[in-house]
Amino acid sequence: MDADKNFLVGVFDDEDAVISGVTAVRQSGVKIHEVYSPFPVHGLDEVLGYKRSRLPIAAFMFGITGTSIALVMQIWMLGYDWPMIIGGKNFASLPPFIPVTFELTVLLASLGMVATFLIASDLKPYKWPRQFDIRSTEDKHVMAIDLALNKSKNKDEISSILKAAGASEVNEKSFD
Amino acid sequence: MAHQAEVTEDQYVFKPETRKKLYILLAVGIALLFLGLILDMNSGGQEEHGGGHAATISNELVASADQHDAASGGQEAEMHHAETATWLKKLYTTLWMHNVFFTGLGIIGLFFVAIQFAAQAGWSVGVKRVALAMGAWIPIAGLLMLGLWFLTSHDIFHWTHSSLYEEMLPDGSTNPSFDKIIADKSPFFFWPLAGGSFPLFYLFRMVLFFGVWFWFLTQIRKNMLAEDVDPSTSYWHKNQVLSTVFLIFFGLSSSVAAWDWVMSIDTHWFSTMVGWYVFASWWVTGLAAITLIVAYLKDAGYLKIVNANHMHDLGKFIFAFSIFWTYIWFSQFLLIYYANIPEESVYFVERMGSSPYSWIFYLNIILNFALPLLLLMTRDAKRQLSTLKLVCPIIIIGHWFDFFNMVTPGVMHHDGGVGFMEIGVGLIFLAAFLLVVLNSLSKMPLFGKNDPMLQESLHHHI
Repeated sequence: MDADKNFLVGVFDDEDAVISGVTAVRQSGVKIHEVYSPFPVHGLDEVLGYKRSRLPIAAFMFGITGTSIALVMQIWMLGYDWPMIIGGKNFASLPPFIPVTFELTVLLASLGMVATFLIASDLKPYKWPRQFDIRSTEDKHVMAIDLALNKSKNKDEISSILKAAGASEVNEKSFD
Repeated sequence: MAHQAEVTEDQYVFKPETRKKLYILLAVGIALLFLGLILDMNSGGQEEHGGGHAATISNELVASADQHDAASGGQEAEMHHAETATWLKKLYTTLWMHNVFFTGLGIIGLFFVAIQFAAQAGWSVGVKRVALAMGAWIPIAGLLMLGLWFLTSHDIFHWTHSSLYEEMLPDGSTNPSFDKIIADKSPFFFWPLAGGSFPLFYLFRMVLFFGVWFWFLTQIRKNMLAEDVDPSTSYWHKNQVLSTVFLIFFGLSSSVAAWDWVMSIDTHWFSTMVGWYVFASWWVTGLAAITLIVAYLKDAGYLKIVNANHMHDLGKFIFAFSIFWTYIWFSQFLLIYYANIPEESVYFVERMGSSPYSWIFYLNIILNFALPLLLLMTRDAKRQLSTLKLVCPIIIIGHWFDFFNMVTPGVMHHDGGVGFMEIGVGLIFLAAFLLVVLNSLSKMPLFGKNDPMLQESLHHHI
């Protein structure tokens, strides 16, 4: 059995049920592939045991790149490559460069963040998103469990664990 | 989410030990003040005549910008009054500067509370009353402001000199002290009286602002405390209306107060950013003060309902508004720098390029922008009391320097500077402020047990 192909999908009715459900399922030793919810559920990432996202570090790196590019570009252009007197100031004077530096910092940080986020959450343009249960876009919280990663237990055992954890129904789902 | 978390009431006790520590702080402040006074009295005379070293550039600029002023300064002094001694002028300036600074801390306390009601904020139940207690300084600040005005205005505010407003002297000759720029501004200060007489409009505004602020403080406070006895949401809704009206009034009054109390010191100079600038400085200092008081209360075992999530929000407030202050600072600076109009740029020439303000000018940006930006950038830094207790004092001291550089250069020119006197007066104000605020805080429960937002605050999670 290959990983990332055959899943058992537990459907939960509200966010309290899914939070207590995640805790119960993890305590019973079953690894959770992912939980899908129609809106952000506070505390869900904590009970799932997720580590803190490193997205802010990426943002900082992109931002500082923007700052550097902007400053080097302007100082080189207006200070060395094509010196111009503007308003009687020095060729390479810092204050007028700040607005452009700020804008480029924000631009690179935000564009870089969007790109990083899309890649990190597997939303690449050529990737077709998988739907474990279409109702996770409406009013149900959906917990997917990869059967290949939980070989110590069989399908029925996992199904009963999900039921006991508060799932209103449990379905099978396979992808090619 | 149906869990109703139980909370126990929390009451701050202003212990005699704390009070004693603050009295010691007060005594140290008074000692430093006298030390500074003695030092300044003995050295004042020589400095006045020998202080021309770094003054050349800025003096030339001042002279070309407003010849009237430069030419008339000396004559006026001869005609009207013996110049106040440098040390006394310095004392007046620092008293005025500290009162404006601490007025800000008081009014920001009320402003913070008003924002929470107007925005229907739920997270802030645990910190709202700390801010409310800071508002207790407003009436004292108002009385001090009015008293200091009559004591110090002639030395601090050049526009109070009556000789600036008469174009012709009684004998028919032209008045060498006449200043057209200031005379044109006279209605702003003296209306409906004649320029150079009693500044009725100016003082009316001062009394009005403090009066209205104090009225809103007492009303909002009354409703918040009434809610403790009578568990009804009607008090919260009353406060929401009061807060919204107050915020509208505060938006106008904080700007005009900044023109009156800070910008009019440099009477010729004007900047459309000053209202925002003073507000931004007050606001971020006030946020740092609220956070610091909350952090120390938590260390002392109070405010169990305030956890890392609430501190995170306060930290984000401080981080964001440090950058907001920098944005305002830069907006004011860049326009004046680029336009390069002498009567505007003299303001920055005095502060950037000449002693003793130059180092404060650059230190200001490091303390109030660079350090908060780097130290509070990560999530963990905003959630831990230890980093907040490091950054908040930096910001408060940074904005103390900020206000120093707003007020002092326009009065003291090259005779100003940070010495024992300034630090001493600062400690006196700090001790008095904390005595008043902590005393006010001990008179009420630390949070409203019937606040309709209490459960939301207990479940706050970010």
